[in-house]
Amino acid sequence: MAELISSGLVRGLGIGSTYALLAVGFVIIYRATSVVNFAQPALMILGAYFTSVFISSAGLPFAVAVVAAMLVMAAIGLATERIALRPMVGRPPFAAAMVTVGVFITLYVVAHRLIGSRVRAIRDPWGLEPVDLLGVTVAQIDLAKIVISLTAIAVVGLFLARSRLGLAMRATSLDQEVALAQGVNVGRMFGLAWAISGALAALAGALIGTVAGGFEASLALVALKALPVIIIGGLDSIKGAVIAGLFVGVAEALTRTYQPRYADWLGANFDVAVPYVIMIVVLMIRPYGLFGTREVERV
Amino acid sequence: MIGTAILQRRDRVRGRPLLYTSYAADQAILNTPAKRWWTAVLMIVVLALPFLLSRDLTSLMMTVFIYAIGGIGLNLVTGYAGQVSLGHAFFMGLGAYTAAVLGGAETDRVLGFGLDMAIWLPMAGIVPALVGLAVAPLAARVRGLYLAILTLGLVFIGEHVFKEARPITGGAGVGRSPAEPVLFGMDLHGTYHAFGYILPRDAMLYFVCLLIFVVLAVAARNLARSKLGRAFSAVRDRDIAAAVMGVPLQRTKTLAFAISSFYAGIAGALLVVVIGQMTPANWDLFLSIQFLAVILIGGIATISGSIMGAAFVVLMPRLVSELAGSVPFISTAPGSGFLTVFHVQTMLFGALIVLFLVLEPRGLYGLWVRVRNYWKAWPFSY
Repeated sequence: MAELISSGLVRGLGIGSTYALLAVGFVIIYRATSVVNFAQPALMILGAYFTSVFISSAGLPFAVAVVAAMLVMAAIGLATERIALRPMVGRPPFAAAMVTVGVFITLYVVAHRLIGSRVRAIRDPWGLEPVDLLGVTVAQIDLAKIVISLTAIAVVGLFLARSRLGLAMRATSLDQEVALAQGVNVGRMFGLAWAISGALAALAGALIGTVAGGFEASLALVALKALPVIIIGGLDSIKGAVIAGLFVGVAEALTRTYQPRYADWLGANFDVAVPYVIMIVVLMIRPYGLFGTREVERV
Repeated sequence: MIGTAILQRRDRVRGRPLLYTSYAADQAILNTPAKRWWTAVLMIVVLALPFLLSRDLTSLMMTVFIYAIGGIGLNLVTGYAGQVSLGHAFFMGLGAYTAAVLGGAETDRVLGFGLDMAIWLPMAGIVPALVGLAVAPLAARVRGLYLAILTLGLVFIGEHVFKEARPITGGAGVGRSPAEPVLFGMDLHGTYHAFGYILPRDAMLYFVCLLIFVVLAVAARNLARSKLGRAFSAVRDRDIAAAVMGVPLQRTKTLAFAISSFYAGIAGALLVVVIGQMTPANWDLFLSIQFLAVILIGGIATISGSIMGAAFVVLMPRLVSELAGSVPFISTAPGSGFLTVFHVQTMLFGALIVLFLVLEPRGLYGLWVRVRNYWKAWPFSY
């Protein structure tokens, strides 16, 4: 039972909350610009890199370093939108999505160049320390991931729901032309969406990069798991992204813990494929995900 | 094709090469004299290449043909039928392993039946096509970016299956040797004499690859201008409008997937024969992205564009490493200099996808059309 909670549920919720963080970044960009941002993994790994640089080279405390990395990645996200995505306004979503694939490859190479072949560590304040939670020993880092991620998502949610700028962003995602007619600077909203998404990716990178033994550039591919997450939740639903993120994280952690014991024939590291299997099952039942908006089709 | 070419000769009006007097002449593949001439010149050059080039460049050219086959396959489903697929690498892997099992040598580790290329090559297309048929009903339910991510899932699940199916694939990190290219009892890797000349090593393999590529390219071009090809374009442009006009959506999408998977399987099987050993991890997302780059850089929904794109994507890295010595900030040895050759190659790749999509969405084909139109109207601007 203790194992179920510590290495199944709590670790699953920990990793799942970082998926949710990445997925919310995807959803914000999708709602603003109808583009699936395949560059998110590269933004995440660069975020992890900047966090580790700010901690080890500049000697900043963890929290300050993370915020600084988030600001840097927000700026990079903003620049990416302005340079690569703005010319694609009005073009088919497929073409714009392919542009982000190109951006992903370019930034991924940059990350490889910066990180190099050595592993980098993020000296987070939790490390491998355990903590006693209601009689079960769980890792502090897992709890930290859950608390920080869900807080960040809540802040973004509040910003979208309550602030004037958030209202403008929601208006833009509903109808760009009408928003423009109401005096919303639609271009600035696109940039803002990318900046928020970049910052969330950096936060997710800092949290995922705390893996024991440090991280390499290939850690970026972990962020691809946010893609099945947004499909399961529905491309345009923040609520769906959070629920699906946590669900996928728990499913993955449970598979990693129990599959070698009970279903060994599925092979080693089956947990890597689990999010995609869940995604296919969900799509068979609901083609627009669990909380996605069904597209209205007109001839 | 030959039929229409003859037809055209009869219909042609003297001194008016661009006047068509029949629908068949207008729709012919080589519908202008310039196209006919240039195709002939290109074929002669390509046939002479193995005699002129060194062996590694010959095998690079074979890779171009194979990438062109794969690119044409992806263009059929993504360019013509508008169904974005990131799962191309999975179908290529499937074709490669089908070929390896049927045509490879048996060892104590892996299965192999050692059959002739005349059997394993068609099967390498048919098996992925059947799997494509099985996947298509699911893929036809979802649209646009949902489909892109669904096919991405295929790559990850496929990679896992490939890693675990050790008797077939050799397992993760190890891989297995590919199918033997023995066509009708003739080893294509060997050296042969013809008309008193000694053919260079691998020249036969080169010619067989070229033949398969030309046949598949012409087939795809014919498909694109057939009833089914027009159905593909209708589904791409507006699927509901196509359905209203009586195009069966489910069937068209399914066929697009199956045909594309067939091309992918053939390309995968031949690619391993040329490159040698491949491990399950080679059939990954980056291979799929490479093929997307082939059609995005080459030109969406054009066969000649896919071929140009394949040549570009395969030859560009080589060109960069040749030029690396003369450009100051690129180093050839890892660890020194600002960027290594590999970094530049990959980065250029991403940057070019972005540049082409932003500046010339029709790709290299579009660039060619611009050049052609400029010279057609020269010295006038239009």
